Amino acid sequence: MPGLVSPDGALELAPGVHWIGALDPTLRSFDIILKTANGTSYNAYCVRGSAGVAVIDTVKESFGDTFFRRLESVADYGEIRAIVLNHLEPDHSGALPELLRRAPGARLYISSRGQMMLKGLLHGDRLAFTPVQTGDGIDLGDRHLRFLKTPYLHWPDTQCTWLEEEGFLFSGDVFGCHFCDARMFNDAVGDFRFSFEYYYAHIMRPFRAHVLEALELIEPLPLKLIAPAHGPILRDAPGRYVARYRELSASGLKNEAADEKTLLVFYLSAYGNTRAMAEAVATGAEAAGGVRVSLYDIEGGEVSPFVDLIEEADGLVFGSPTINGDAVKPVWDLLSSLTAVNVRGKLGAAFGSYGWSGEAVPMVENRLRGLKLRVPMPGVRARLIPTGAELDECRELGRNLALHLTGRMAATTIDMAALA
Amino acid sequence: MPKAKVTFQDVGVTVTVPAGTRLIEVSEKVGAGITYGCREGECCTCLTRIVSGHEHLAPPSVLEDQVLKDNLAPRHHRLACQAQVLGGEIVVKPA
Ligand SMILES: Cc1cc2nc3c(=O)[nH]c(=O)nc-3n(C[C@H](O)[C@H](O)[C@H](O)COP(=O)(O)O)c2cc1C
Ligand code: FES
Ligand SMILES: [Fe+2]
Ligand SMILES: [Fe+2]
Repeated sequence: MPGLVSPDGALELAPGVHWIGALDPTLRSFDIILKTANGTSYNAYCVRGSAGVAVIDTVKESFGDTFFRRLESVADYGEIRAIVLNHLEPDHSGALPELLRRAPGARLYISSRGQMMLKGLLHGDRLAFTPVQTGDGIDLGDRHLRFLKTPYLHWPDTQCTWLEEEGFLFSGDVFGCHFCDARMFNDAVGDFRFSFEYYYAHIMRPFRAHVLEALELIEPLPLKLIAPAHGPILRDAPGRYVARYRELSASGLKNEAADEKTLLVFYLSAYGNTRAMAEAVATGAEAAGGVRVSLYDIEGGEVSPFVDLIEEADGLVFGSPTINGDAVKPVWDLLSSLTAVNVRGKLGAAFGSYGWSGEAVPMVENRLRGLKLRVPMPGVRARLIPTGAELDECRELGRNLALHLTGRMAATTIDMAALA
Repeated sequence: MPKAKVTFQDVGVTVTVPAGTRLIEVSEKVGAGITYGCREGECCTCLTRIVSGHEHLAPPSVLEDQVLKDNLAPRHHRLACQAQVLGGEIVVKPA
């Protein structure tokens, strides 16, 4: 059982491989969107090979002093040949400018996707670096580092670094969590399981498809230890955390209609007008066939299960009356929660009843476009009680959405001038 | 003015456009699934597969070429915020 990390000392993971990060026990909220009940750690690592030393990641700028003291306890700046940044977010790149000044002989390695961000961080301070891809590596003599490109986990630039001889994966934000405990190893710290899952839900889930790609690279590795950029170092059964990522990025209950396209119709209605439209949209879609249609009154549900549904759906339609020149708040609450999942490329549309100005439908359509949905069909609006013709338009909208989802939409040709 | 025809395969819409139009100007209006981030040819969010007619697009600038390379874009892929239509018939879809 290891002791606590000492205030200035490095923590040994293997001979010549050390944790040199910093603890931030008083932090309570991270990147605005995440909470933490006991702080976090910025994990950086130092790997010594017979042909030189590599530093993997740094810390948040204000924690630079601790980081440099820990680094100095295991290496001289002149020995540092390589600086690897798995991720350029300031919590890991904060001490980079100073490290580059102190170790002028070191070469900087970042993923090829990080180049533009590096410019935005260093402002031309010193821009000599080597962009790397999956398969590239660094030869440290008796030790070798190899890179795995894991884009979007958490930013486009993120990558993992694999230390072949030890079976250690320096995984960046992947497999990390905001949990601060000076006992450092997963078998020694307090219960951090909820933090691990919470971190996945907020940081990784929007990029589920990228998680699956990354797992393809990570699962074949003979892992002995995962050294993430935040939270406990996973030395006891590291494979369990990889397996958990696999589980978390799969669907929950089996979808009985997995090979059918799904269309979700969400609405809110005070007087039943928008509800009548919603029912017509659903009926129209249902009649077209080939699509599993579901109708939900947003008033009767909570945001989080709706988000789960949306993550798996192919098409989404939102109905909202216009109240005080806007769509109603529960619609916005739901739409503003969709950043937690990937909705890019799904089919979207809007409809709603209104009294005199009818802003809700175009506002929702714009939001759907902002969320990167396809919105090829103009929404349907009805003044107060929808007429038979307006309900027909709603059925037509539903039908067209179903045809689109099933690839049966007739191709159309238009002139650009007709596209206002 | 010379015209070109651009088909957005994912929404099944063909648009007749004047030469010189950038894909971004049309794709948003027809609600195609091509999405944009920076709109300046840096982020690669708008990567688009040119299914056919790539020769009818103005060749990529040095910057676009670099961004395509950095992102390991496959052959016949372009940035929709940069690619300019010259004429003929072009079919595209989100990468
Ligand atoms: C408090 C309140 C504010 C409203 N504000 C607007 C508005 O700003 N613009 C508008 O077009 N209609 C407005 N309306 C009218 C509603 O959009 C209209 O009654 C609509 O038919 C309601 O649809 P629903 O009750 O079937 O959902 C408002 C209605 C209420 C009750
Ligand atoms: S939108 Fe960023 S490259 Fe086109
Ligand atoms: Fe991050
Ligand atoms: Fe981080």
